[in-house]
Amino acid sequence: MGILINKNTRILVQGVTGQEGRFHTEEMLKYGSKVVAGVTPGKKGEMVGDVPVFNTVKEAVDETQPTASVIFVPSQFVKDALLEAIFAGIKLIVCITEGVPVKDFVKVKRYARDKGVTIIGPNCPGLITPGECKLGIMPAMPFTPGNIGIISRSGTLTYQVADELTRAGFGQTTVVGIGGDPVVGSTFLDILPLFAADEKTKAVVLMGEIGGSQEEKAAAYLKNSRLKAVAFIAGRSAPEGKKMGHAGAIVSGKTGTAQAKIEAFSQAGIPVADTTSEVVTLIKRALD
Amino acid sequence: MRLLEYQAKELFAKGQIPVPMGEVAHTPEKAGEIFAAMKKKVAVKAQVKVGGRGKAGGVALADHASTVQKEAKRILELSIKGIPVRAVLVEEALNIAQEYYLSFVLDRDESKPLLIASAMGGVDIEEVAEKYPQEIKKIYLDPNWGLQDYHIRQLIFALDLPQHLHKEFFLLVKHLYRLYEEKDALLAEINPLVLTQEGKWVAGDAKMEIDDNALYRQDAIKEKYTLIEAEDPLEVKAAEEGLAYVRLSGNVGILGNGAGLVMTTLDLVQRFGGKPANFLDLGGGSSAAKVKKGIDLLVSDPNVKGILINIFGGITRCDEVAKGLLTVIEEKGSLPVPVVIRLVGTRQEEAMEVLKNSDLVPILNMEEAAKKIVSLVQ
Repeated sequence: MGILINKNTRILVQGVTGQEGRFHTEEMLKYGSKVVAGVTPGKKGEMVGDVPVFNTVKEAVDETQPTASVIFVPSQFVKDALLEAIFAGIKLIVCITEGVPVKDFVKVKRYARDKGVTIIGPNCPGLITPGECKLGIMPAMPFTPGNIGIISRSGTLTYQVADELTRAGFGQTTVVGIGGDPVVGSTFLDILPLFAADEKTKAVVLMGEIGGSQEEKAAAYLKNSRLKAVAFIAGRSAPEGKKMGHAGAIVSGKTGTAQAKIEAFSQAGIPVADTTSEVVTLIKRALD
Repeated sequence: MRLLEYQAKELFAKGQIPVPMGEVAHTPEKAGEIFAAMKKKVAVKAQVKVGGRGKAGGVALADHASTVQKEAKRILELSIKGIPVRAVLVEEALNIAQEYYLSFVLDRDESKPLLIASAMGGVDIEEVAEKYPQEIKKIYLDPNWGLQDYHIRQLIFALDLPQHLHKEFFLLVKHLYRLYEEKDALLAEINPLVLTQEGKWVAGDAKMEIDDNALYRQDAIKEKYTLIEAEDPLEVKAAEEGLAYVRLSGNVGILGNGAGLVMTTLDLVQRFGGKPANFLDLGGGSSAAKVKKGIDLLVSDPNVKGILINIFGGITRCDEVAKGLLTVIEEKGSLPVPVVIRLVGTRQEEAMEVLKNSDLVPILNMEEAAKKIVSLVQ
């Protein structure tokens, strides 16, 4: 089980002949993911590994029937790539690219919603159902099959916590890196119901960050959910008004502070870990 | 990127949004000259990218050349919330009848532009929002359709504006929205929006935040405003090198890959009693050269008394990080401050091999590494 992707997911790579696209296509294949096609305009007929390259998404869809797409194109072309995938009928799109103009993205997001398309990202590592399918750029090493779901706003921090969980014997159903931008295609609140409906997932770990109000909304949802949960908030020591890199982690006013998020989780009865190693301790306790 | 008031007002003026007559000055003498050319009562206003300047003494009214110079000198010597004032805006003082509030902001949670207005604008707008939420009018816009005329009509009636002000207000809202869209702004705010005793709308203040991700297609803004008012030489240098760097007030230099991991590293250092000197994110897939640039940057900061490097290798290869570190050591003979390195993940074994003949012993556990650097710096 797991959510969104499994061993039958057929993957299309947009921007497949670029340096990143090529490298991660090979990594996904090594993991056992079914990458069925790639797209780079003007490169039809080339191969990346044994993956055929097409000029357009439409062509790739007609010939190879992919069910999910992963985008590696440069940020100024992301809007176009997303729309091309949506119009070709793809229902799950992962956008790895960082630096996407926010207004481009909100326009596409609105349209994707109406079309029933799920977008993960931008500026994210993608998602993985360990042992079945890796749709993204995460290293394979920290992940192993099990019954914990992870949703995270950060990339490397996801690897960190998955690694600690794996070492302690807690594998994962699916791990979703939703991305660190201020506006993302899917939020905690969009992903949580999928985990709640997945029988195999016993508990979820939410790796949050300062900024926005996603964590507060997730806390309210989890209050009435069957899912057990543990939360973590990065950025407790960040001073107000400072924007930390690409994280979209900006603290303004009272909403979005680490304190507000920790309080929201506490009120919903969800333990908040002070460190990533404490995530493991709290998961152990939650499942006892 | 946040624009300074005078920069936003330059854009306003080009976008047909009325602003007071005025000009920016970097010296008291220049401020005096601007006043002399205008011969009107003026406001001298500190140009800083933080709020609360009025309450910090950063705004003064003056109607003599000598007072203008004196006030400009005083304000140019101020630091507001830790940020030194480098420029003042000298502009005509308005005859205020009433202060309104008007803005367009991208609401990240709703993923939609939001139009906000109030007839109770001015410095206490946040207090108004808290105590009299019904006085804040909010209209969400569809991201694809954008602002429509009926939105503005809704707003005019909600604010209960008298008939003779409708037309000018209508145009003002339209022009502000056009600017918000065209300039890839995440925020375009007028507070106060002044209704003068002469019955005119004028932007008393102006705030604009431009989407950094869209600067590539905002050449005019990028060229004109990006580096000229830079507040910190190290932040400028980092930006030139393509590193995500933020200066903080402590003495433990921190470098890592991925914003979330770096933030967590700051949190750990603070938790164990240390004070982070910075946030520095190398990003994904870093080469040895980029690692070297990052370390060089931290070493050049005299406040840094020790460095913690925290890498979880995904696309970033640990051996590249190790090589970057070795290059710095070879170049400098030795590192000027204690360095603790935590390296885990892709090509971890190869990294150990690279560091074998150096004094650096990587620590695998992140919390141990944070404790170690805190003890070394204290």
